[in-house]
Amino acid sequence: MAEEVKLFRTWSSPFALRIVWALKIKGVEYETIFEDLSNKSPSLLQYNPTHKKVPVLVHNGKPIAESYVILEYIDETWKETPLLPEDPYEKAMARFWAKFGDDKGCSLVFTSIFWGVFVKEGKEQEEAMVEAMENLQFLEEELRGKKFFGGERIGFVDLALGWLANLISILEDVAGLKIVGEDKFPLLSTWMKDFADSPIIKDNWPPRDKMIAKFQALRDAKLAAAASK
Amino acid sequence: MADEIILLDFWPSMFGMKVRIALAEKGLKYEYRDEDLFNKGPLLLEMNPIHKKIPVLIHNGKPICESQIIVQYIDEVWKDKSPLLPSDPYHRAQARFWADYIDKKLHLLGARLWRTKGEEQEANKKEYIECLKLLEGELGDKPYFGGENFGFVDVNLMPYFSWLYVFEIAANFSIEAECPKLITWAKRCMEKESVSTSLPDHQKLYDFFLQLKKWHGIE
Repeated sequence: MAEEVKLFRTWSSPFALRIVWALKIKGVEYETIFEDLSNKSPSLLQYNPTHKKVPVLVHNGKPIAESYVILEYIDETWKETPLLPEDPYEKAMARFWAKFGDDKGCSLVFTSIFWGVFVKEGKEQEEAMVEAMENLQFLEEELRGKKFFGGERIGFVDLALGWLANLISILEDVAGLKIVGEDKFPLLSTWMKDFADSPIIKDNWPPRDKMIAKFQALRDAKLAAAASK
Repeated sequence: MADEIILLDFWPSMFGMKVRIALAEKGLKYEYRDEDLFNKGPLLLEMNPIHKKIPVLIHNGKPICESQIIVQYIDEVWKDKSPLLPSDPYHRAQARFWADYIDKKLHLLGARLWRTKGEEQEANKKEYIECLKLLEGELGDKPYFGGENFGFVDVNLMPYFSWLYVFEIAANFSIEAECPKLITWAKRCMEKESVSTSLPDHQKLYDFFLQLKKWHGIE
């Protein structure tokens, strides 16, 4: 029976990119359905009634939601080029680092950078920057002795944190400040370049000019909202 | 070589309870250490330097943090007894999805329940019950979320039921009428020794909760 794989996503979501990368790394053919979150399709609402969010993977009609749940599903279903290590302890460590950078729950890296540094100004931004630096330092140390978080090749944690390799420079351009400096974070800076230039990864970034416009608008809106309080 | 297992925990923690249940399900012997969260011990700070939080499982000297990650680790290492996650990838994904939903929604809503008053609290109660109803729908007619056997989602949800007793008193509501199937499910789970020995006594939890309110300056 032919596999039918569909991915519901938005053009810009860095978290849906994780799924794109995973599917392509594993050589899985799939169809993309781009969603407009202000006008969600009936299909999306049917496949993810609980959260009504993207990304959602639909495999032979069966939906899976939540990006890390999807990633683990992909890794378990298409076993070539494994993303997670075999060893249970190494696997636990990979899950830990992925969660550390996640956008939800324990959202240290993303929260401090995006909701802290990017959408604030002045003293609030300075304080958020300190927190962001601390979080990035943990990642810097985790890279010691490794090319990728997954070791010699890209793995689960690289896909989880991969948004950093593209979005950071966009946020830096829009906010006009350096977040991941080469002097402070040599390993992380190198990893960002190596990851962004890797085959498959480099062909799938969203258009930079569109991203700059989107995040400029987002920052302006957030700052305006804060000023009017 | 005998396994050395230490659990750094805090007895009222819902996250700690999940790990206790998982360890008990696998019939594992371990050393339980209750941490003073106002005065965190050097072992906790060494084993979880990033978050400095409990629970932390230390297996033969190696630490694993984050309750969901710990429970999956336990399930994978001691895979021959009482498997918690199903073997089929799609069912595993569904179990992980619901465990994530429980952690995200119930935890936040539960905290809001007792920290708010009046209309805000009423709104939070409504939302909390709706979440429980959604979970009840997911349970359906199965004896456990895991199907015939107690599984990953059951491990994740039971600790919230332990605190539900406290929330019902604090926010003056009862889910008995709204979610009868969940009540039956919870009673069934409590009949398991792995669950009943892992969860604190209701009264003790309520007394702790009164202390917690004081610390937060809430009447």
